[in-house]
Amino acid sequence: MKHTLAVLVENKPGVLTHISGLISRRAFNIESIAAGYTEEPDTTRITIVVEGNEIEQEQVVNQLSKLVDVIKISDLTAVESIQRELALIKVKASVHTRSDIINIVEIFRASIVDVGRETMVIELSGDETKIDALCQVLEEDHGIIEIVRTGKIALSRGPIPAKDQ
Amino acid sequence: MEITGAEAIIESLKNEDVDVVFGYPGGAVLTLYDALYKANFNHILTKHEQGAVHAADGYARATGKVGVVIATSGPGATNLVTGIATAYMDSIPLVAITGQVSVPLIGRDSFQEADIRGITTPITKHNYLVKKVEDLPGVIKEAFYIARTGRPGPVVIDIAKDVFAASLDYHYPKEVKLRGYRPVYAGDLGTIDKVFEELRLAKKPLLFVGGGVNLSDSSEELKSLIEQTGFPVISTLMGLGCIPFDHPQFLGMVGMHGTYAANMATTECDLMVGIGVRFDDRVTGLLDEFAAKAKIIHFDIDPAEINKNVLTHLRVVGDMKWSIPALYLRVQEVSSELKEHIVEWIEKVRVWQEEKSLRYELDTELVMPQAVVEKVSQLTQGDAVIVTDVGQHQMWVAQYYGFRNPRSLLTSGGLGTMGYGLPAALGAQAGLPNRTVILFVGDGGIMMNCQELAVAAEYNFPIKILIFNNQCLGMVAQWQRMFYGGRYSHTSLKGSTTDFVKLAEAMGVKGLRVSKPEELSRILEEALAIPGPVVVDIRIPEMLDVLPMVPAGARLDQMIIGGKEG
Repeated sequence: MKHTLAVLVENKPGVLTHISGLISRRAFNIESIAAGYTEEPDTTRITIVVEGNEIEQEQVVNQLSKLVDVIKISDLTAVESIQRELALIKVKASVHTRSDIINIVEIFRASIVDVGRETMVIELSGDETKIDALCQVLEEDHGIIEIVRTGKIALSRGPIPAKDQ
Repeated sequence: MEITGAEAIIESLKNEDVDVVFGYPGGAVLTLYDALYKANFNHILTKHEQGAVHAADGYARATGKVGVVIATSGPGATNLVTGIATAYMDSIPLVAITGQVSVPLIGRDSFQEADIRGITTPITKHNYLVKKVEDLPGVIKEAFYIARTGRPGPVVIDIAKDVFAASLDYHYPKEVKLRGYRPVYAGDLGTIDKVFEELRLAKKPLLFVGGGVNLSDSSEELKSLIEQTGFPVISTLMGLGCIPFDHPQFLGMVGMHGTYAANMATTECDLMVGIGVRFDDRVTGLLDEFAAKAKIIHFDIDPAEINKNVLTHLRVVGDMKWSIPALYLRVQEVSSELKEHIVEWIEKVRVWQEEKSLRYELDTELVMPQAVVEKVSQLTQGDAVIVTDVGQHQMWVAQYYGFRNPRSLLTSGGLGTMGYGLPAALGAQAGLPNRTVILFVGDGGIMMNCQELAVAAEYNFPIKILIFNNQCLGMVAQWQRMFYGGRYSHTSLKGSTTDFVKLAEAMGVKGLRVSKPEELSRILEEALAIPGPVVVDIRIPEMLDVLPMVPAGARLDQMIIGGKEG
């Protein structure tokens, strides 16, 4: 099964290398990884989605915890959490197809962030399945030129932050 | 006080009680070497950076202190890689200080530039690249703290050349603040209670000890626990010496070349208590069948070792100095009850012990390697610091030396590094100048790093180097004989033109040779009596196998025993 881990790390050079190096040499199955700054300037938060059974998942957490720059890991799969991913999708769009694309975008509550003579760029945030669904419709009806996705980020509900869990 | 980065390193080493460093100078560390010179700091110059890092490792294993090695940037640093990986696999505390090109030159493929931080990331406990001189004291403090605490390991500090020359206001920090590194000392006492309950229930319990006991210097605590339980004990290669080999409860080494009793007890036990072990594949054999009838309890300082290879029933995470006495306190109350409970099991174990699986046939013409090891053990009363290289001789030493003391076997167990032995022996002798240090090495392994013989002579380290010369790469040849139809692809050294006695003499080391069994005692005694380093070239038979042996991937009780009653 999939686990979503919130990994709080020191905001120092080389930390991401340590983490990605560990993941590859221990042959862990990582589905996505997304990193960014947090409310504390010296802390970076990385959301990792890992695929595996309980034992494999425990190894990922234990091995990552051994890295000196990893401050805290919390498994957001076990708690109520909000999970989002951001995608930018460039679709083929002519004068004739634009209005249909706009309809689709509205239904998905996505937004159009760029329009050219032959293309439109759509921005959508949501969970993985929602993004997959939009991509499928756009690909089949209009054709996708390119996609970029951030990988999942996640935050627990309730007042307790990951660092205190 | 205002000093340079290089001086700050020297001051910090003094603050960490470092009494010797091993190393090799070069362009990027010129300023650091200048400071070593001015401070008249104790430095041992090896002939190769690989020699320096293994020496620092041997020093650390023998003394329990952190080993320190210095190398220059680029090739100097990359020559450390094998030694760092060796230390990492066996959890040895090292600090490796490497020079890096100057900050403005980093990333431009400059002369002698290598990304040693990137290269060593998978084989270090932690590593640093220092680009600002004011970071130095804190980084060095952290590096020593990380290297020696928790599960020990090597730490690399890569320092840009201009940092050595820059000046700073030096204060050595009193403490380390690391949000992400808080090694556990004491664990959960509730689990100790649960372990205790399992010990009382067990009918066929077995204690399984490893390198963690040696590394944490808790063999005294372990002995007390062992005696209170009455349980039989087996050991890994790295655990040898933490319980005396002739202790009545000790069944010997387990695994691929383990004893019959140890491997049978593992297969049949109903409770296995692993203490400071990591269930390596050379120990477990076929993993699914390893101790398959047993509940497994795992004591370790590293939570990531739990459930890594073998699924455990109970885990006790914490320092052995805490966990072993904690269990001892519980066991003490019911010592006689535990012993009564396992009478039948002990009888069964005794029968396995009767099967003397460590046996060999003496020969009138040929010098048997096992006999050499036994002779050395006898001459040194099992009290020497023994260093090995890797291969057949390593296993014969493990089987026949009869270790009595912790930290008395220095061997590359995890990585299995040929060429480790000679420099490690130098480092051990540097750390323990008054102990007898004996190196067992093959005729293959001695040629990897034989340049360090000159260091033994130059510093007059009185190590005794016993070369088991079978004119082949014995362990590989054994596998070729057993599993590759006797096709000895590139394992014969018969064409070798090297005369080890002359090689030793050329480097300033006394050289002796043993070719016949009747010479063995006399020459070994002569070698031990010489106050300086000695090489003894011992001609042993070519076609010997290390036995018993569990073929890779077989069950532990499917061992080949062989040999004849000795």
